[in-house]
Amino acid sequence: MKEKGIKKFIHDFGVPRFIILCFLIALFILAPFVGADLPTQVTNLLNRFSWNAVLVLAMVPMIHSGCGLNFGLPFGIIAGLLGGTISIELGYTGVLSFVMAILFATPFAIIFGFLYGTLLNHIKGGEMMVATYVGFSAVSFMCMMWLLLPYHSPTMVWGYEGKGLRTTISLEGFYDKVLSSFLEIKIGNLSVPTGAILFFALLSFIMWSFLKTKTGTAMTAVGSNPVFAKASGINIDKIRTLSVIMSTWLAAIGILIYEQGFGFIQLYMAPFNMALPAVSAILIGGASVNKASIANVIIGTLLFQGIVTMTPTVMNSMIHMDMSEVIRIIVSNGMILYALTRKTDDRRDA
Amino acid sequence: MSNNVLEMKNIKKSYYGTTVLHDINLSLKEGEIVGLVGENGAGKSTLMNILFGDEVIASTGGYEGEILIDGKVENIGSSFDALNLGIGMVHQEFSLIPGFTATENILFNREPSKKSSISSIFGDRLDTLDRKKMKDIADSAIDKVGVKINDSMLVANMPVGHKQFTEIAREISKDNLKVLILDEPTAVLTEKEATTLLMSIKNLASRGIAIIFISHRLNEILDVCNRVVVIRDGFVVKDSDIKSITIDEITKCMIGREVGERKRDDRNFDGKGVIMSIKNLYVDMPGENVKGFNIDIYDGEILGIGGLAGQGKLGIPNGIMGLYDAEGDVEYKGKKLDITKPICTLEEDIAFVSEDRRGVGLLLDESLEWNVSFLTMQVKNKFLKKILGGLISYRDNDEIKKVTDHYIEALNIKCTGTKQKARELSGGNQQKVCLAKAFAMAPKFLFVSEPTRGIDVGAKALVLDALKGYNVKHGTTVVMVSSEIEELRQICDRIAIVSDGKVAGIYKASEPVEKFGALMIGAGV
Repeated sequence: MKEKGIKKFIHDFGVPRFIILCFLIALFILAPFVGADLPTQVTNLLNRFSWNAVLVLAMVPMIHSGCGLNFGLPFGIIAGLLGGTISIELGYTGVLSFVMAILFATPFAIIFGFLYGTLLNHIKGGEMMVATYVGFSAVSFMCMMWLLLPYHSPTMVWGYEGKGLRTTISLEGFYDKVLSSFLEIKIGNLSVPTGAILFFALLSFIMWSFLKTKTGTAMTAVGSNPVFAKASGINIDKIRTLSVIMSTWLAAIGILIYEQGFGFIQLYMAPFNMALPAVSAILIGGASVNKASIANVIIGTLLFQGIVTMTPTVMNSMIHMDMSEVIRIIVSNGMILYALTRKTDDRRDA
Repeated sequence: MSNNVLEMKNIKKSYYGTTVLHDINLSLKEGEIVGLVGENGAGKSTLMNILFGDEVIASTGGYEGEILIDGKVENIGSSFDALNLGIGMVHQEFSLIPGFTATENILFNREPSKKSSISSIFGDRLDTLDRKKMKDIADSAIDKVGVKINDSMLVANMPVGHKQFTEIAREISKDNLKVLILDEPTAVLTEKEATTLLMSIKNLASRGIAIIFISHRLNEILDVCNRVVVIRDGFVVKDSDIKSITIDEITKCMIGREVGERKRDDRNFDGKGVIMSIKNLYVDMPGENVKGFNIDIYDGEILGIGGLAGQGKLGIPNGIMGLYDAEGDVEYKGKKLDITKPICTLEEDIAFVSEDRRGVGLLLDESLEWNVSFLTMQVKNKFLKKILGGLISYRDNDEIKKVTDHYIEALNIKCTGTKQKARELSGGNQQKVCLAKAFAMAPKFLFVSEPTRGIDVGAKALVLDALKGYNVKHGTTVVMVSSEIEELRQICDRIAIVSDGKVAGIYKASEPVEKFGALMIGAGV
C-alpha cells in the first residue's frame, strides 16, 4: 500500500518534474565537494529567478483562456525593447528611465497584443504552432527595423556610422539594477535582489486577483470549455484577445526586468531564444497546456533556473566539459514535448 | 440445428456504466429480411456496431454475449473480422472516397490485378490494376442492385441516391457476403429511388443474402421485410412476423413505455397570455435544420417539442439561444428578441439546458461550484463580493458554496462535495448539475433539450420531477425538447411535433400516444 502511495505521489507530481527536482538536489549536495561556494550559487539562482519570473508569469493569461502556451512571447519582448530604447533615446536616466521604459512599452504591447490576439482568433486550434512562426518573423522584421529606425543616442547606435542600434547596449547609468539593488540584502557571499522579487510578487498578486474577478473567471471558463462559455453569453474572442494583450504586456515588462538585472539590452536575434525557456519553465512548474497557477510559475522558474545556474559550476568541474547548454536544451525542449503529449493523454481520458 | 445464418444471443453492452443493450437476441435465416426499428437511442446503432466490429465497441470494453455465424461462435473484434465472416454494412454516412470513380470505390483494396515486370521483383503490392476486369465486376454488381449508375463517374459528382447505390453495390460485389446491414438506406433517397432500392433489396434476398434493414419509415418495413424486430431501451420488445402486425402496433411498441400513464392534471392555457411568439424561425444547425417554425408559447405552460432525430427539433432552442445561425421573428413579452447573440437572450432571463451535456452544458474540468454559479455570475453579476470599496469584485466563494450545496441537496446530486470535478459524475448527476446551473439563474423562461438522454430510469424520473416542480413553484414557462414522446406526455401541457423543420401538429399532451406517433412518422408517407 505504501509503495502505491509513493508511486501515486510521483505520478501526481509529474515524473519529469520529479527527476528534475532530484537532479537539482543532487547538484546542491555535490556543489561543496567540487569547490563551489553554496551562498554564491544561491545568489545566482535568486538573481536568475528575479530576471525571468515575470516572463514566465506572462504565460499564465493565455493558458487560462485556452490560447495555449505563448510561443509568440517575442511580440511582447519587442514591445519591451522598444520601450527601453525609446526611454534611453529621449535621455531619461536612472530610476526614471525604467519607469518611462514601462510607460513607452505599454502602448506597443497593447497594440501588438491586440493584433496578435486577433490573428489567434482566426486560427483556433493551431495557436501554438502559428504563434511560434509569427513570433519568429516578428523578430526578423525587427532586425531590419533596429537598423532603420531613427535612433541617435550615442550610447545605443553603432559608433562608426552614427545610426542603427548596436546588438548589445549597456544600461549603466540608465536602469541597470534599479530593482535588484532596491532593499538588497547582503550577508557575506549571499545577496537577495529584494526589489526585483517584490516587483514580481506585485505583478503575481495582480494576476491572482484578476483571476478571481468576473472577467478572470470568464477567462478560465473560455479556456476550459469555449462552447460552455459561449452558451453562458461570453464573447469568447474578446476574452481571448484580452488574455493575449495581458500576456504581451507582461512579456514587455518581463524583458525590462530581465534587462535591469542582466545590465544590458540585447537586440536583433536575442528575443528569438526567450520563448522556449519561459514555456518550459512553467511546464516544469506543473502547468499543463490549459491549466496554470502562480505556484506553477514560481516552482517552475526556480527549478529551471536552478538547473541552468548549477550545471555549469558543478558539472564542469566534475567532467571538465561545458555540459550546461546541452542539458538546458534537453530539459527545455524535452519538457515542452512532454507537455504536448500529456495534452492528448488528457483528451483520451475524456 | 436451425439454418440460421446469424444468431446473436444475450448481447449486452454498456458505455461508461450506462447499460445501452440489456439482453438482445436476434436471429436471421438465409434470404430473410428483418426490419429493425426503435426510437433514437434505443440501441439499434450500438447493436449494429457490435455486429460490424466497430472500434467504438472494442475501445469501450467490448460486448457480452455470443454471436454465431452459420452456427459457429465467432468473436468479432474488428471490422476486418466482420468482413471476413461475410458481414457487410451500408452506413448512414457514406464511407466512399469522393475522388474515386464508382468502380474504384466498389472494388477498393480488392482490385483484380495483373502481374507486371515491376511487381515480379517488388511483390504483389505493385501489381497493375486489371481495369477491364474491375469494370466487369463493378458492372455486374451494379446490375444486381438494379439501377443504372455510370461506373466511371466520380463519387463526388454523384447525386446522393447514386452514392447509396454505389455503397450497396460495393457490399454485394463481395463473394462471401452472407449478411448485409442497411442502416437507414432510404433516409436520403427520393421516393422513386427508394422504391428502386426496396426492389433491389428483395432481389438480393432472393439470392440468399440475409438482410437487416433499419428504417424509420414503417411503410417500407411492412413492404419489404419478412419479420420485424422492435428494440426499446436496450431490450427486444417485439419480434413478430410481418403479416401479423400493423403500423399502429409497431409505433406503440417503439414509443410506448407505460402507455397512457399521465401523472398530472390537465391545465388549460388557451386565452392566457402569450409569453413568446416564434414566427418563421430558420436555424442553420447541421443535421437539425429548422425551416420556418411557428408557434405561440403561453405564459406558465410546459410545452413539449417532439419529433424524430434530424427533423429540426434541436435546432429550435439552439437557434433562439444564439448558438447557431438563426433568423426569424421571436417576440418575447411583446418585445423583439435579438437571437444572434447568446447574451441578449440570457439577459431576458431565458435559460437553456443543452442536449450536449459534456460539450456545451458543463465545464468538465472545473468544480461543481463553478458549474453551478458561472452562468449566473456572468449574466446577472451575482456571487460577487466587492472589495476595496467596490473597486474590484471577487468571486464570492462562500455564496457559491452555499448555492451549490443547496442544489446538491434539492436535486439529490450524488457527489463527494462541491469541489468535485463535473467530469467525475455519472451522466444523470451531470444532467442535474446542468439543471442547477439554469435554476440558479432564476429564469422566467427555460429551454430544456433532451434532458434525459443517456441517463438511467431513476435519474430520468428525478430530472422530470425537478422540471415539473420548478414550473409549478416559480411559474416558469418551460419548453422541453425530447425524442421520447412518452416522457413529454408525462410532464407537458401541450406537445408540438416537428417534422422537416416545421410544426407537423400540436396536440394536448393527454391525447393518445398513437396520434403523436402518426405525426412523427409523417403518417402515410
